[in-house]
Amino acid sequence: MKLTDIIGPVMVGPSSSHTAGAVKIGNICRKLLGEPPARAEILLHGSFLTTGKGHGTDRALVAGLLGLVVDDPRIPDSLRLAEAAGLTVSFGSVDLGDDAHPNSVRLNLTGSHGKRLEVVAASIGGGRVRIEQLDGLSANFSGDYPTLIVHNLDQPGHVAEVTSMLQHKSVNIANMQLYRSGRGQDAVMILECDQEVPRSSLQWLEHLEGIRKVTYLSLMEDTDDV
Amino acid sequence: MYDSLEALMTRAQSTGTPVWQLVQADDCREQNITPEASFAEMRGMYDAMRDTLAQYDGKLRSASGLVGGAGEKMQRRRESGRLLSGGFLGLVMESALKISESNACMKRVVAAPTAGSCGVLPAVLLSTQRELELDDAVMVKALYISAGIGGVIACRASLSGAEGGCQAEIGSASAMAAGGLVFLLGGGAAEIANAAALALKNLLGLACDPVAGLVEVPCVKRNVIGAVNAVTAADMALAGIESRVPPDEVIDAMRAVGRAMSASIRETGLGGLAATPTGARVRQKMSM
Repeated sequence: MKLTDIIGPVMVGPSSSHTAGAVKIGNICRKLLGEPPARAEILLHGSFLTTGKGHGTDRALVAGLLGLVVDDPRIPDSLRLAEAAGLTVSFGSVDLGDDAHPNSVRLNLTGSHGKRLEVVAASIGGGRVRIEQLDGLSANFSGDYPTLIVHNLDQPGHVAEVTSMLQHKSVNIANMQLYRSGRGQDAVMILECDQEVPRSSLQWLEHLEGIRKVTYLSLMEDTDDV
Repeated sequence: MYDSLEALMTRAQSTGTPVWQLVQADDCREQNITPEASFAEMRGMYDAMRDTLAQYDGKLRSASGLVGGAGEKMQRRRESGRLLSGGFLGLVMESALKISESNACMKRVVAAPTAGSCGVLPAVLLSTQRELELDDAVMVKALYISAGIGGVIACRASLSGAEGGCQAEIGSASAMAAGGLVFLLGGGAAEIANAAALALKNLLGLACDPVAGLVEVPCVKRNVIGAVNAVTAADMALAGIESRVPPDEVIDAMRAVGRAMSASIRETGLGGLAATPTGARVRQKMSM
């Protein structure tokens, strides 16, 4: 925890979990999608559903999808800004089960070039968030690090391919997780890194046999749509 | 980050280093930044607090319609000269209302330590700066002291209403403000810690029971009591009145009280004021 987590952050109110955390979830989703979103189906769960309207959670999520940051005074106007930016938004509810964090949301996103992404994320307090699922497979990362997510076939060698690429690019791994839907089926590896992974290396990974999808969260500033 | 007020204050006394500088040095280590960069960051927080107050708009209403306009009413009463509590406390109350109303109305605030308690610290610090005509650099140092106190509370207990109830948010903000205020009034390390203890002790057990789960009722007015409580704690500490329970033990007690609280009064919007007939009606109206 930093001192500016105690005094700070500077944010648009009213709630660090329901507003600032929701903006951050939107931001991370936009970056994971890798292109400006054109359509977003936003399904709210638990406290996000019951108190979201009063906390501006809906507008905060959309603001994040548009690339606005947590202290942008335009957050309350995000639904109007989305229209202008060509982002179609729909809201609904979802029951993610008793084990899901009360402040959770599922987003089904389509990018302006047709990329698709499904994310389940939770706002876990104080503006901190956790990505819980990507495209239906488990995940568990904060968005505080450059994060590489690789979906692959569950077969020997893919972890070695990814980690040796990172070694070659002098990227240190902070945290690493592996999940699979079943033996020999879909698998995902999530690597939180201390340095950014070069674009060209991501493209190289995408073309390897057995790699199904490469998703990357960069912490470099991107320009917003609005 | 320090996990003990006693350790922080003893270190200040034994090394002769001001408390604010110890907190700053810790921040520089943690973030790997220079003292100048750390100071600029903290100054940015103070400037943002001032901006929120300056940009208050008494016409704004929150999403539920329950919150708005109170700061403006308090200002009129203060300016009429008829407040029993006097001009300075009146300004503290008015500022706390204005800043936390701004938060409820989706304006830009500094979470200190949280968005729900964002009015306490700036109300105390900005009003004191105006009253005593202090320069900004001194105010930023006071902010370091407040942050140091908040850091200890975060380590030993919690700053979240969901974990510790309102005492963890408004109580912590009040303790942070009391310590910063003592520094501005010329108090030393022991008095700073003592003021924090007195402020927190007086708000132990405070439930987090927001109507419809929104950061509106009673949060906005709780910011007023947190700010006023900080002023009284600072005055007591500087008068030489001691908390009979040492500061770290008070924080540990806050943690224990938080654990003993039912979940219904820890930011779920299910118990306390939220469970009143009026609270239930608002919840009904606000469900999506």
